[in-house]
Amino acid sequence: MTAPSSAPIVRLRGVDKVFAARDGARTVALQGIDLDIAPGEFVSLIGPSGCGKSTLLRIIGDLVQATTGEVTVNGKPADRARRDRDYGMVFQAPVLFDWRSVEDNVRLPLEILGRDKAWRVERARQMLDLVDLGEFTKHMPYQLSGGMQQRVAIARALSFEPRILLMDEPFGALDEMTRERLNDEVLRIWEQTGTTIVFVTHSIPEAVFLSSRVVVMSPRPGRITKIVDIDLPRPRTDAIRESEAYFARITEVREALRAGGGHAGSGAGGAGGADGSGAGGDAGEAAGVAGTASARRTAAEGAVG
Amino acid sequence: MSVPAHDSVRQLERGVELELEAAEPSLGRPSLRRPLLFLAAVVVVLFAWEGVKLLGGTPWRAPGALPGSPVLWNPPFRWPFANDLNLPHVYSIVWAMFQPFQRGAEDSLLRYLVGAALYTWREAFIGFVLGSLLGLGLATIFVHSRLAERAFVPYVIASQTIPIMALAPLVVFALGQGVGSVVVIATYLTFFPVTIAMLRGLRTFDPRALELLRSYGASRREIYTKLRLPASMPYLFTALKIAATASIVGAIIAEDTGAIQEGLGRVIITFNQYYATGPEKLWATIFVAAILGILFFLVIRVAELLVLRGRPGVGE
Ligand SMILES: Nc1ncnc2c1ncn2[C@@H]1O[C@H](COP(=O)(O)OP(=O)(O)OP(=O)(O)O)[C@@H](O)[C@H]1O
Ligand SMILES: [Mg+2]
Repeated sequence: MTAPSSAPIVRLRGVDKVFAARDGARTVALQGIDLDIAPGEFVSLIGPSGCGKSTLLRIIGDLVQATTGEVTVNGKPADRARRDRDYGMVFQAPVLFDWRSVEDNVRLPLEILGRDKAWRVERARQMLDLVDLGEFTKHMPYQLSGGMQQRVAIARALSFEPRILLMDEPFGALDEMTRERLNDEVLRIWEQTGTTIVFVTHSIPEAVFLSSRVVVMSPRPGRITKIVDIDLPRPRTDAIRESEAYFARITEVREALRAGGGHAGSGAGGAGGADGSGAGGDAGEAAGVAGTASARRTAAEGAVG
Repeated sequence: MSVPAHDSVRQLERGVELELEAAEPSLGRPSLRRPLLFLAAVVVVLFAWEGVKLLGGTPWRAPGALPGSPVLWNPPFRWPFANDLNLPHVYSIVWAMFQPFQRGAEDSLLRYLVGAALYTWREAFIGFVLGSLLGLGLATIFVHSRLAERAFVPYVIASQTIPIMALAPLVVFALGQGVGSVVVIATYLTFFPVTIAMLRGLRTFDPRALELLRSYGASRREIYTKLRLPASMPYLFTALKIAATASIVGAIIAEDTGAIQEGLGRVIITFNQYYATGPEKLWATIFVAAILGILFFLVIRVAELLVLRGRPGVGE
């Protein structure tokens, strides 16, 4: 769908996010985020809980605003992109509307986009077929299992062909088997539609299996410590899950996560020149990612308390 | 009918709160059990009623019989605490329903009462519709504007602390005697539960659903029609059920003050005046008023089941 192009579809420059609580306490959620995502890429965000993955995703989707920095999507500011309906969102929970049938849930974005009725009906059917729910169009959400509901949410996000699909731990609450099956489905859909996907997950294998690149983030304040290219062949099949290269990438991501440091003050998190750090020497490999100076990070953490 | 109106409003307010808390469990599956239970309860009440008469009533006579006619049963207690004046026999009340409503009248009491009930219901229904729309409109404004909410909600609450007995004459004085005043008073009693319930109902949506709609670039109006309003429906119907009965009480009180010549309010005044000669008639009127309230309530309940059909916890 999207022709390969050198211009990034998502471009983040020096993005910081500071949440100010009512009592004046400040939480630095993100710091100095620079990231380019090319059209048609599948990028995963991974990092410890609370490191700002959801926040970053919501900044891209213009659901919260960056405190400082520049967010460009499709060559325009994020709020323009949102009003131009460039986004599809899938959250950790399906967030279906109780009072709408499965097909009416899938049609919801099409209604807001003002598509005509015949198209809405046709499109909802197509999308539900795509996620293997063709027989459940008239069901109400509560009559579906959690995994089926999540697939409805995916069908809904795809129904209007968004340029960018933002997925926040979409399979977090599912069992391993369902999760793997849905991973296959997401990949199939991604390959079919050529959409760009930004995907948040806590699962290293999932990130490696799905992505073209895995963005590893450090604990608060969230920074990008490393970007791991996943050069595994496509289409990704079950055989890949057992390949050497797959495990090598998993190890690489895991070590990058460790190097990022679960514990503040380890000093190992600084990317791009923090070679002297003992834990995980490959932190320095984060080529092309502008890291933040350790000093700046330490100062920020001091401010958080 | 001299009900201390502010008390009934306060009860109503408490009722709104309680019902709101119970809103979700109240959406039970419609089954045969409920109506059967209701019937069983009616039978129990009838037995208790006549049981009291059996023990502590005046001697039982055939309905409509004059004093001195044959005694069917003589209760054992010599102290009749349930005499035929303060608690007539159920059968006497039923019998009276099929007698002319006054000497020489064509219509039976039942017919007369049904006519009066329909008249009252029409007033109550108009008030109910206007009050519900007013309540919905106010709540809609309030949830969209913190400023309006802070400024006006205290007045909405204060409005309900004015006893209806004090307010009704003012309304009648301002608008003149007639159906208009009755409708206004019914509206006044109806808008409150709807406003209060919808203030909460319009805020019960899932915040993630709001984010979802925002990610589609939905407008405020679309957020209202596609999310806030549908999400609030269980609250709306809880409030409408309270409002339905309140509108009837309001109409009856207002008919009384407004000197309306028809309707249950008028009938209650008349039969109150002649209670000594026909206690059954007032009791029959009370039953008809109660049944009117129950029927109105059930109509709302059916609408609720239709609208909420398919939601979790609601039978299909
Ligand atoms: N609306 C908010 N107000 C204040 N602080 C917030 C808000 N949203 C997030 N934060 C803070 O920002 C930080 C990052 O939160 P975020 O939800 O992005 O983490 P995450 O990486 O998605 O974590 P998880 O993996 O647990 O979902 C956290 O410290 C959190 O407390
Ligand atoms: Mg998160």
